[in-house]
Amino acid sequence: MTTVSAPPVLVVVQLSGGNDFMNTVIPITDGIYHDSRPTLSVKEEDTLPLNGELAWNPVAAPLKELYDQGNVAIVQGIGYENHNRSHFRGMDIWHTCEPDKIVTEGWLGKTIRELDPKGDNVVTGVSFGKGLPRAMVSPGVPVTSVSDLDSFGVMSSISADKQREDALGVFKRMYTPAVGSGVVADYLSHTGTNALASAEILGVVPGKYTSTVEYANNSIAKSLRDVSRVHTAGIGTRVFYTQHGGYDTHATQLAVHPKLLMELTTAIMDFFQDLRDHNASEEVVMLVFSEFGRRIKDNGSGTDHGSGGGAFLIGDRVKGGLYGQYPSLEFAQLANGEDLGYNIDFRSVYSTLLDQWIGVDATPIVNGTYEQLKPFIE
Amino acid sequence: MIATDLALVSHLLRRAGFGANRKEVEVYAEKEYEVIVEDLLSPDLSPQYDSDLISRHLMGTVTSDSFAQVQAAWIYRMINTPRPLEERMTLFWHHLFATGYTKSESAMVCAQQIDMFRSICLSDMKTILVALSKDPNMIFWLDNSENHKDSPNENYGREIMELFSMGVGNYTEQDIKNASRAFTGWTFAQNIPLYPFGCYPPEFEFREDDHDYGEKTFLGQVGNFDGYDIVDIIVNQPATAKFISRHLYNFFVADEPQVPAWSIQEPEDPAAVAALSKKFTDTGGNIREVLRLLFNSDFFKNSRFKKIKSPVDFVVGTVKIAGTHTVPQPDLVNLAAATSLMGQTLMDPPTVESWHTGAEWVDSGTLTDRVNFAVEHIGDINSIGIQDIVHRIKTMGTKVSPEDFVNRCLDLLGNMEVDSKTHQGLLEFANSVGELQFRNAEENQQSLQKIRQMLQLAVSCPEYQFT
Repeated sequence: MTTVSAPPVLVVVQLSGGNDFMNTVIPITDGIYHDSRPTLSVKEEDTLPLNGELAWNPVAAPLKELYDQGNVAIVQGIGYENHNRSHFRGMDIWHTCEPDKIVTEGWLGKTIRELDPKGDNVVTGVSFGKGLPRAMVSPGVPVTSVSDLDSFGVMSSISADKQREDALGVFKRMYTPAVGSGVVADYLSHTGTNALASAEILGVVPGKYTSTVEYANNSIAKSLRDVSRVHTAGIGTRVFYTQHGGYDTHATQLAVHPKLLMELTTAIMDFFQDLRDHNASEEVVMLVFSEFGRRIKDNGSGTDHGSGGGAFLIGDRVKGGLYGQYPSLEFAQLANGEDLGYNIDFRSVYSTLLDQWIGVDATPIVNGTYEQLKPFIE
Repeated sequence: MIATDLALVSHLLRRAGFGANRKEVEVYAEKEYEVIVEDLLSPDLSPQYDSDLISRHLMGTVTSDSFAQVQAAWIYRMINTPRPLEERMTLFWHHLFATGYTKSESAMVCAQQIDMFRSICLSDMKTILVALSKDPNMIFWLDNSENHKDSPNENYGREIMELFSMGVGNYTEQDIKNASRAFTGWTFAQNIPLYPFGCYPPEFEFREDDHDYGEKTFLGQVGNFDGYDIVDIIVNQPATAKFISRHLYNFFVADEPQVPAWSIQEPEDPAAVAALSKKFTDTGGNIREVLRLLFNSDFFKNSRFKKIKSPVDFVVGTVKIAGTHTVPQPDLVNLAAATSLMGQTLMDPPTVESWHTGAEWVDSGTLTDRVNFAVEHIGDINSIGIQDIVHRIKTMGTKVSPEDFVNRCLDLLGNMEVDSKTHQGLLEFANSVGELQFRNAEENQQSLQKIRQMLQLAVSCPEYQFT
């Protein structure tokens, strides 16, 4: 468990669609890589060096910089058994840690319950973007979902104070949870009650924030800026969730993937710079993951769904470096005969974060005991 | 003469269409329920939708690549179509075959796809899947234009089974590879524009020289299959009958678990889905026949307020009650923006999996957006729909008791049914403002404000989140 004075915070960045890990951290000296990807392989002279065998995609320069500072742990070859290459199930499994059944409880929802058992602070968990990911959901656990931080508030269009106050009074009453009203009605009641409470807390956040960092104008930069605004406001948020979409690069990957990686890595760099400027970076660790990696062979334009992929753990207190082994590209070692395999189960990474960083018992959250990455925190 | 219960008509119009104001409900209710269903199932008997006015209002919708305009035009059509079920089913296919603007050639091609959905919306599954497989927007979205004889791209071959017809677990990776091979050469031709700007609609094109004519094994059958054969085989799978029926049930009747759970979790009402599946199988996948059974069933009639409204339901339904946007208005684009804020950007699903539905539409952020939208639009006392509600309350007498006031408002907002604590909350508000009186101009004005506030509160309640 961490020993910094501020409580540890986890920021999750979900790369939706299946990030091509092989073109992010590239097995540059492996001939199979170049042979498998006549269209998409990056030439060695274009890459940025990582070690003798691996290289960075050139657009990931900001992440390389953080890595060189010793603040990025690269988890090579992350995945799970019996991958079926579906976006659907893939994301669900990552969110719930249940490969064989469907549940409605997410791993972070359970984590938030551990951190705030009575649900005293409705902003212990905050998600940015459209819709609440299943990872953050757990029955009875209040989680705040924000689509627009700057206009967050119930009935904000009623201008007369007295009228709005009366209306909010009735609203509160109508959304009071009642016994025996059914699962969905009960969920709505809690959501309405939480919306009132979180609006009160988040309403003051935009006014408190100033920064010299200029974030780019794209969705992930906007989301991470929002994370920074809420984190630096000091309202007790411990788990943040953000999403970056578009990684399902079956076609025209040469045009799409570098743009996404550039947006992502620049936003991450800006984010940590911003936190450091606010003296608020030490207590933050970021997990960047995707539901799967992509096929080893390209299809002439892009890459189809694969299995094993990679993840990144980033933060000032993270012990940077390479974790696990890069999955072999040798045919005999491949998953499904054509995908990267995995050497580290994703639940190992979750367990590491929960146990060594957040400081809660990982076993009931990830539904089992998994070997952790060690040492992970400096 | 009322032949069908108003609450039942309201329910049918909310589900088979996008809701209706009281006047429209009363007109429909003059017919027997089964007759209303038949009318809805035969959109060709109703007047054609006239897109002339809206096209001229949104100048450039036809030729330019403005996504916001294409979305606005569709929302406008949902509000104003004389053929509610046609538009509702168009939305259904869009939901199932979700294709996104962010990876499309242009907004025009997105609109072209929606028009295609409309033209096949009540036909049979084979026609629908063939049209889908030939749709340029879908071909581009799932990369079938990159699916070549010598380098197959599995995207469409996988998703036509996983997302569009059978669901995961009913086919092998080998079936995916062979379905993909069968769809090689199915691409689209991009007509060269006459002028240096603007574009012509792309058209489906079959390239013989890029098609894999070899033998394929697919779902246990062997042959030199092409895309038509693959669709044929898929449509006859029991998994397809069940999967499509379950989607129809989830869309029209009651919220099911999220689609990824379907391979391991049985339907909430197995008998209902089995009945729909049987009809699907017996009729060769005839969607109109399946819907006829659905709308006339008891499980449909008894499903009132059991489903969470989608953002489109919420926005269009609220606007229908307010009675605005019956002619093009400048703020039309805001309606599409509102559904987007609530988590449903029309023609731009979050991923290939489309949207998660039911309770997942609602979280603290989107609930706030929904409540704020309804409060703003139902609070517009100058709108025709709200004026009609006020008028109907006025005709209750010169004095209206708090109890009657609450009940009448709920009744006029689509025959809403609320639980006791919502009712209590509204009644307390009614008591606090006193009875409504309409004896002079000043009282009229005061009562108008009271009605406005009551309506705003009523659409803020948890029950208004349901359809």
